[in-house]
Amino acid sequence: MRRVAITGLGAISAAGLTAGETWAAVRDGRSAIGPIDCKRGERLTVPIAAQARAYDPASYFPQRRMSMLDRFAQFAIVAAREAFADAGLDGEDEAVRLAPTILGIGVGGIDTLDDAFHSVYGQGHSKVHPMTIPRLMCNAAPSLVSMDLGLKGMTYALASACASGTHAIGTAFHMVRGGAAQVALTGGTEACVTYGTMLAWEALRVLSYENCRPFSRNRSGLVIGEGAGMLVLEEWDRAHERGAHIYAEMIGFGGNADAGEITSMDKDNAAEAMRLAMRDAGLPPEAFGYVNAHGTGTTMNDKLESAAIHLAFDGAPKPLVSSSKAVLGHCLGAAGALEALVAAKALEEQIVPPTANCTEPEGELGLDFVPEGPRSTNFDACLSNSFAFGGLNAVLALRRV
Amino acid sequence: MTTTEKVIAIVAAQLQRDPAEFSADTNLQEAGFESIDVIETVFALEEEFGIDISFNANDESDSFATVREVANVVEAELAKKPSA
Repeated sequence: MRRVAITGLGAISAAGLTAGETWAAVRDGRSAIGPIDCKRGERLTVPIAAQARAYDPASYFPQRRMSMLDRFAQFAIVAAREAFADAGLDGEDEAVRLAPTILGIGVGGIDTLDDAFHSVYGQGHSKVHPMTIPRLMCNAAPSLVSMDLGLKGMTYALASACASGTHAIGTAFHMVRGGAAQVALTGGTEACVTYGTMLAWEALRVLSYENCRPFSRNRSGLVIGEGAGMLVLEEWDRAHERGAHIYAEMIGFGGNADAGEITSMDKDNAAEAMRLAMRDAGLPPEAFGYVNAHGTGTTMNDKLESAAIHLAFDGAPKPLVSSSKAVLGHCLGAAGALEALVAAKALEEQIVPPTANCTEPEGELGLDFVPEGPRSTNFDACLSNSFAFGGLNAVLALRRV
Repeated sequence: MTTTEKVIAIVAAQLQRDPAEFSADTNLQEAGFESIDVIETVFALEEEFGIDISFNANDESDSFATVREVANVVEAELAKKPSA
């Protein structure tokens, strides 16, 4: 088995249009949640979201190409270009040309679908835009990234709701570790702040109307976000030989299914997913000093994820735990990818980012949620948790260089 | 049909049980309500009565113990509606 290096990062989020800006906001606990801006959304009652308000498509794409690009695909391309350039990859290199592109997607081109249905049901038109299908399909994002960067390896979209980004990275990690690819482009993307989708989230009664406050007694629910996170994974020796900067080492991936309820999580299975990731990494719980939590800010997640961490670290020192969702919102299919990026930067800088807005840390949960701000500390390895609707758990393990 | 009778019809339909088994004092959790039943019932009540019910699954004070409590919430929301 080969070692796997993270050599490139790219991101677009409410907190910024680059990986650097996104990480800096998470590290400093600066929340990017703000007033919602939603086309035809006048009848929404939820007032907030974490949207990439600074993003202007005209800065990245010529007008002629826009008819092919849903917002979720635009985000993927922009972040993938950044990760590719950040890694210093040479597009002429055979290993790069054969790189797989594996991306996690929650719902796909839902903005395109919302526009099309508005046109048909709302305005009574009998036809929709001719590019509706290629825009809305979930694999539009990985396909368009592969075209944009000339990557011809195995390419597909992977869907596991809020764990999609984590599953995608884990799958690409196993490909590089097993020798199926020397380089892989992986991550997740989501842009679903549309009227129809937000109404559906409202109906589920889990949204906060005030702010996202994970692990805090004054929690009031989750806040929907949007964005994309991209990583370049590379065979360690190859990265080392070409002198690439290595942010962190990807060392483990674990996942399972609750086979239980569709919207609830199971603390025992979530704990087992963490154990599987640690076992895959070949390290004991003591080696892991930090867990980037799923941390959605719901009552259920706070209780069950905390309990799962206690179970997974039974008999070992408890790791520091923080959630990035109070800064980035819940970016669904992109969440796990953005959080893997945060985990890699945290290891590189040896700084555990805080749980923003955790103004009243819930003592009963029995963990240190780093509420006060960024904490400099020495830690060798960390986990990044994702627990999706559908009972799908996925956990990545990373190690400092 | 009184508000309580309408609430019982909705609650019984949610659990696919005979409305005759329910009264104003029926405890919903004891009757078999899970979190998803609560959310679906809130939706059904809003549709039936044309009201908006403030309910957040993250707020533990937002809970309905009995049919009577549900009916009271519905009555309170109906009272806020402009009369036809």
